[in-house]
Amino acid sequence: MARSLSRRRALIAGAAGLVGAIAHPLAGQTADQAARARVPADPTKTQGAGGTDVGSRSPFETPKRISQGGGPRRNATQTPLQDLTGIITPADLHYERHHAGVPAIDPAQYTLLIHGMVERPTVFTLADLKRFPGKSIIRFLECSGNGGRAYRREAQDIEVSPQQIDGLTSTSEWTGVPLATLFREVGASPKATWFLAEAMDAAVMTRSVPMEKAFDDALIAYGQNGEALRPEQGYPARLFLPGFEGSSNVKWIRRIELADRPFMTREETSKYTDPLPDGTARMFSFVMDAKSIITEPAFPDKLTGPGWWEIRGLAWSGRGRITRVDVSGDGGKTWQRATLDDPVLPKCHTRFRLPWKWTGGEAMLMSRATDETGYVQPTTAALLAARGPFTSYHFNNIRPWKVSADGSVRLAGGSV
Amino acid sequence: MRLLRPAAVVWLFTTVLAAQAPTTPLGIGRRATPDEIRAIDIDAAPDGHGLPEGKGTAASGSTIYAAKCAGCHGAKGEGGSAERLVGLNAGGSFAYAIDGKLIRTVGSYWPYATTLYDYTYRAMPFTQPGTLTPDETYSLVAYVLSLNGVIPEGAVMDKATLPKVTMPAHDHFVPDNRKGGPAVK
Repeated sequence: MARSLSRRRALIAGAAGLVGAIAHPLAGQTADQAARARVPADPTKTQGAGGTDVGSRSPFETPKRISQGGGPRRNATQTPLQDLTGIITPADLHYERHHAGVPAIDPAQYTLLIHGMVERPTVFTLADLKRFPGKSIIRFLECSGNGGRAYRREAQDIEVSPQQIDGLTSTSEWTGVPLATLFREVGASPKATWFLAEAMDAAVMTRSVPMEKAFDDALIAYGQNGEALRPEQGYPARLFLPGFEGSSNVKWIRRIELADRPFMTREETSKYTDPLPDGTARMFSFVMDAKSIITEPAFPDKLTGPGWWEIRGLAWSGRGRITRVDVSGDGGKTWQRATLDDPVLPKCHTRFRLPWKWTGGEAMLMSRATDETGYVQPTTAALLAARGPFTSYHFNNIRPWKVSADGSVRLAGGSV
Repeated sequence: MRLLRPAAVVWLFTTVLAAQAPTTPLGIGRRATPDEIRAIDIDAAPDGHGLPEGKGTAASGSTIYAAKCAGCHGAKGEGGSAERLVGLNAGGSFAYAIDGKLIRTVGSYWPYATTLYDYTYRAMPFTQPGTLTPDETYSLVAYVLSLNGVIPEGAVMDKATLPKVTMPAHDHFVPDNRKGGPAVK
């Protein structure tokens, strides 16, 4: 399956002008065609290339982030979920969201100040942070606006890929120092209930976070997938709050201030709040609820014929482990339990799979995640009833894919 | 020297580790001086904490706005390449979840006036972020609040008056009530 599907993706990428930089395709050539010209007829009869300082992908593989909204500034780019296997997102494909671009920061000049309701206001250099007992965790990070294209009903585009729907989520191994360790180091007051996290980008981005999160599982992270953070991900150090909406995971962190009330910053009042049908708006809606999406088959795939295919996708919850994913081939009338690949980690992308026999007619594919709190990913109709059609953020409804008789796959629009 | 039995080795090893187990503080990092804290401690909170000396009115703000803000936010805050700042919804409607036509402005959606000071001072103007003085910021805040009808045109905004401004949207914000479990909220 993968081969026929990925070839279609490559053709579409070529048609859209998203051609590979490595293979340098000529006009009218796809990345595959350009790469093929450099492949010997029989690789067993020619010595291969030597080693390199930094590796690169096969010229036949050209996964790319795409800009979410278009526009010149590219302040949000999405991970190509449909091109990835397993649960880890390569660091150079991790989604981006920034409010004032990616700042350039000299790690030798970097400092983190922790002050406010503490006994010992302290400045830490990057070397200081790395000297503390460290910790590595594999966790997802997701923008709370992710999935809006599978929720909103107005002029809904059904020719959208998993990347375009849910590409603002990624999973990495994050390495850093537990924030609890730093808070003990500075003598955090037991009366402090919130802390402000502040970035050193041009937005001087700020969010307030409850102190309990610091003593639960928050990190000041400096590592990502075995190396230093990428600049887009907060180099040289960022706040990482497992399971919390992306914008609260302040990147390029320069300052933390402890207080006994939230600071009510612009992002947590006028921006990342969620209007509800009763005329209120939810604040500090940090946790990302359980969600899943089938990434294969999905638009722009075209099944080449009836028979057995593997349905593959990702499930995750900001509240803990995914305990099961059910998959339907008939629009939710019947469900089958999918296999979850090891490891199944808390607050982490979880890979699910299910063999599926396509009979050749129309089908409606759905996946439904359940997490360890017993929360079940809701249908679009159920989430619309709870939140209203024009709410903002936290769109974790079931994403239904319609398979047509010709094998093409599109997002099922309407109120499925 | 006698060889230690494995059990003894384990005992010794754990004892040595325990003797070296870190106690806090570890003494890593250096004490921050009041001056260096003051230099970057720029946040302003709803209770007024962090608001600096200085003041401004809508009249002084209108001149600064025309020079530094109107290019992106529109001549009277009606929006442009950057978001709309001014305007209220009919009847003060806050039915954002069910009515996609409602506008989100400082006057219609922002719950705290101090947030406008904090954000403008830290991040605006977009092409020259962080260059406004406290007087300029108070002036711009007064101008935008006045255009929204939240404060009278002649009101002086400073660290005493700004926290007392009640925003129309204030009472609409509620804490997160999602807790996991079977309920969809």
